[in-house]
Amino acid sequence: MTFIAPIKFAIDLLAVLLLALGIKGLSKVRSAREANRLAGIAMLLAAVGVLLNSQGTTGISINSWIWIICGTLIGGLLGALTAKRVPMTAMPEIVALFNGCGGMSSLLVALGVALFPSSDGSDGVVGELIRNFSIVVSLFVGAITFSGSIVAMAKLQGWLSTPSWTQSKARHFFNIFCAVLALIGGIYLSIDGQNGLFLIVIASSLLGVGVTLPIGGADMPVVISLLNSYSGVAAAAAGFVVGSQLLIVAGAMVGAAGLILTQVMCDGMNRSLISVLFGGALGSSSVASGGGGEYTNITSCSPEECALSLEAAERVVIVPGYGLAVAQAQHTLREVTRVLENSEIEVTYAIHPVAGRMPGHMNVLLAEADVPYEQLKEMDVINPEFPATDVVLVLGANDVVNPQAKTDQSSPLYGMPVLDVQEARTVFVVKRGMSAGYSGIKNDLFDLPNTSMVFGDAKKVLGDLLLELKELGVGSKG
Amino acid sequence: MSFFSEALWVLLLGSLLGLELIGKVPPTLHTPLMSGANAISGITMLAALTLIIKSGDNLPLLIIGSISLGFALFNVIGGFLVTDRMLAMFSRKKTGK
Repeated sequence: MTFIAPIKFAIDLLAVLLLALGIKGLSKVRSAREANRLAGIAMLLAAVGVLLNSQGTTGISINSWIWIICGTLIGGLLGALTAKRVPMTAMPEIVALFNGCGGMSSLLVALGVALFPSSDGSDGVVGELIRNFSIVVSLFVGAITFSGSIVAMAKLQGWLSTPSWTQSKARHFFNIFCAVLALIGGIYLSIDGQNGLFLIVIASSLLGVGVTLPIGGADMPVVISLLNSYSGVAAAAAGFVVGSQLLIVAGAMVGAAGLILTQVMCDGMNRSLISVLFGGALGSSSVASGGGGEYTNITSCSPEECALSLEAAERVVIVPGYGLAVAQAQHTLREVTRVLENSEIEVTYAIHPVAGRMPGHMNVLLAEADVPYEQLKEMDVINPEFPATDVVLVLGANDVVNPQAKTDQSSPLYGMPVLDVQEARTVFVVKRGMSAGYSGIKNDLFDLPNTSMVFGDAKKVLGDLLLELKELGVGSKG
Repeated sequence: MSFFSEALWVLLLGSLLGLELIGKVPPTLHTPLMSGANAISGITMLAALTLIIKSGDNLPLLIIGSISLGFALFNVIGGFLVTDRMLAMFSRKKTGK
């Protein structure tokens, strides 16, 4: 009996230490994988600590064990299956899904405690108030995290579009209305611990939807990161509800670290958090303003011509985008660049901060295809190098190479950092058709005289390109 | 009351620690870091465990706790595995050299 408490205490301390080291290590390339495992071990330790402590003090009934095992098996197996099956291209969606489930978990804990209070009144009036307040926070943040994450996932998957009413002022009224309702419910619940429970849950869920729905695809990663921070806050609140300091530390750490990460991401995209959250989607006004218009000067060419230009080049820059990932063409791309490298053509990859759909997402996809880390160059590094580049190959990227962002003040893209590919001698854009990018805005790059379009699925075009290059004798050493 | 005053200190210090932990993150790691931190936020599984253990024979509470635990573990296990999958790609390349 008496020795259980110190053991539990030691386990908790160790778990917190490992978690902190884990988060720290995850921010360095070299230590990231070990750090991730460390954090996993810490979580396991923490769970063992809770079970050990309960078993040693009050005991755990058979009934409880059954339900614990059920929940663990079902949740764990589904999680493992999802993690194994999901394609790397769907990573942002899947992070949103996992995150939403974390929020849901906190919400359910608070719901359970609120519906069946087990307090013996030993906390006093102030304690009771703090406990109720924690339940309110846990419900509120948990519900926002869940509904917001699910909406984010659905939007990234393309299951949900941006309804037009969410671009009008009406959404602000809707959101404020929901927030006020949640606040009223929260005040009720804080005072008597019973009423207002479902009002909070429903109002905050709607608030989560109302805030996330208007946000455009390009800004979605920032929102997911912010929601990730929220789920930490929800966990910390759940810690107050059930009286676990370990939960409070871990939740607070994730909440704060998530906030910093969100800020870092915003900086990378040159956007402020406020404008992401309240500015609405990019492209909402594109049809009305200068964003639209017809293409007048499109040059299209075959993979053969493209191969000829590549053969004659000395410096080639690849601009990979989401289209490349969708076509699963990163491996074929790697073969093409191997051939080029063999004939001593310098190949680099220009990685826009939001290439793919999340910062760092494209790096993961290229790493999957064995592209050397040193060849990936960030936007600020590569931009001055474009004038000295012979050929730029844009693969399934669109908005991130749109010169409008620098030249056209009326464009909704104006101000977004872009890659200055038009500075290069020749630009080839591999694209399935003339459809607009994620923002729905015309790309002025396609009209420029030094740009040629190679129409087709990225994987197919790259395959053809590879054949043509081999026919030209590129890459066969000699 | 003593738990709550202690807990508020814990909350404060934990938040400060979190703010300090992530300084300069290379963009390469944004996605894995987000996904890893996301897995850690599934720590709320401890709350679900506690709820189940304390609920005794209260069936609705057991069910709520169990569902909550399922959601949390979905987040934790899935989150860590998917992060590992991403990071494996970076490290495989390094050993290949």
